[in-house]
Amino acid sequence: MSSQAWINLAYLTASMLFIVAFKLMTGPRTAVKGNYLGAAGMAIAILAACFEKPVMQSVAAQGAWPLVMLGLAGVIGGVIGAVMAIKYPMTGMPQMVALLNGFGGAASTLVAGAELWNATAAAKAASAPLPAWTQFAIATALTGLIGAVTFWGSLVAFGKLEELPQFKKAWTDPNRHWINLGLAVTTLLLIWGVCANPSSNLLFWLLVIVGSALGCTLTMPIGGADMPVVICLLNSYSGLAAAAAGFVIDNSVLVIAGSLVGASGLILTAIMCQAMNRSLAGVLFGGLGTTAVANADDVYAGKVKSASAEEIAMVLEGAERVVIVPGYGLAVAQAQHAVRELANALEKRGTTVEYAIHPVAGRMPGHMNVLLAEADIPYEKLREMDDINPTFPETDVAIVIGANDVVNPAARTDPKSPIAGMPILDVDKAKTVVVVKRSLSPGFAGIPNPLFAADNTLMYFADGKKAILDLTAALSK
Amino acid sequence: MPSLIVPLLFADAVLPEDPASRFIRLLTVFLLAMWVGFEVITKVPQRLHTPLTSGSNAISGITAVGAIVVAGALATGAGTLLGFLAVVLAMINVAGGFVVTHRMLEMFQPKKK
Repeated sequence: MSSQAWINLAYLTASMLFIVAFKLMTGPRTAVKGNYLGAAGMAIAILAACFEKPVMQSVAAQGAWPLVMLGLAGVIGGVIGAVMAIKYPMTGMPQMVALLNGFGGAASTLVAGAELWNATAAAKAASAPLPAWTQFAIATALTGLIGAVTFWGSLVAFGKLEELPQFKKAWTDPNRHWINLGLAVTTLLLIWGVCANPSSNLLFWLLVIVGSALGCTLTMPIGGADMPVVICLLNSYSGLAAAAAGFVIDNSVLVIAGSLVGASGLILTAIMCQAMNRSLAGVLFGGLGTTAVANADDVYAGKVKSASAEEIAMVLEGAERVVIVPGYGLAVAQAQHAVRELANALEKRGTTVEYAIHPVAGRMPGHMNVLLAEADIPYEKLREMDDINPTFPETDVAIVIGANDVVNPAARTDPKSPIAGMPILDVDKAKTVVVVKRSLSPGFAGIPNPLFAADNTLMYFADGKKAILDLTAALSK
Repeated sequence: MPSLIVPLLFADAVLPEDPASRFIRLLTVFLLAMWVGFEVITKVPQRLHTPLTSGSNAISGITAVGAIVVAGALATGAGTLLGFLAVVLAMINVAGGFVVTHRMLEMFQPKKK
């Protein structure tokens, strides 16, 4: 068997390990093993790449130096990545994932750029220009573009999630659609240019620059509750960029791993959109409509009941079943450990405590699960929406912490509401609803929430963490 | 007997592959892998969506393979420099992705008291 055959066999092994890794991601216990297998597959593929013909040829000509350089690059990147991953606080996971994702996209763009540079140099030496519209030319253009969009889109997403002051306000310039359209048309022209004239490095890098601008302008208008969709989509792009790079260098492991990631990101994107009852185009270009919004004063006037920690503790004392509904506000207030203590206090009294997790609660898919897991809350108690919704009528108290739109009954009752038809957690069906919130300010959708004015709702106006600590103290008295 | 079969099995490797066949071969791989991805990932429960995102994110660092090949070839100065940067960035993605995923999954494990 030729050495290339052994390398291909190693790539095949890596690909199989990636598929098994995804397969094992279906359960929390097997997922750890899946992650190890994925890492093992990656190690095998990376080692095999060091034996590829171009590398071996330069080793034969120049000694061990190319391998030393590759080792150095690998160690630099590996150490930076590992340190970032270990040091970054668990609560910052959404932005950490966004950042890492961006680096993958940038790497794919650079691979395409480097391949093109080498190919044009070789073509010049042989004084034969690169043929137009080949697989190499088309894939190089697409890799450069998708990678650039991924990198800059991910950086903007990172800035938004990290709440850097520059990104506080979503970009809502009314001309943005025209700017995006202009950039998109330029992108198409440049793709055509690179494919028709692959010997021009200039056109390729222009395409990368325009793609970078497009990555920024497409991500900047998106904010708040739509972030999970963006994270999934960018995740998908980074996979597709890697797959496109596989077409550039004719490498099947890049194509396989890249398309697995691409598929994974697309599925998650679809799930997130479904959970908000919105189309992908609506998330990317729409922003929420502001028409026919009920007036907040009409909804709330004279009907909102505010309660103190002691009053709520009394209600909780008589409860047999309590469901806690966390939202992004819980992550902001860092109240996950306080919630765990409240649940402990309740369970000590014999109360059943469960958690209702909406698919888009938080800023990335599954955000609340990770947050509550950090506070040692067993995952068996975290129930998904369809699973827990039928149990709300038998629930004595539902405690909503930092969630708003995902518990807004208007989605069910008001067909004119901007969130009409969005699947929600039916907390309003619980006997008593306690809403912990700083004020009556609207959520991401910018609409009033009739839940706050419902007869069975008690509002507890306070910071999430302080509120829960006070509740726990009042309950223990 | 094997001495007879092996050359037969690998005979076409000697012939150069025409560009269209090569493209169709990669396209086949791409579409089948997408299909497998869809089938496998729809079964991942909601509670594991964050580790899934970060784990698949680590796997998208596979572009490190391409980076190694282009950087290690030492074909041109600029190409090697770009390739070197690509290896560094891809390895940040790979190492960071797997470590972050592991940290998250650890939290999902039942705690030993």
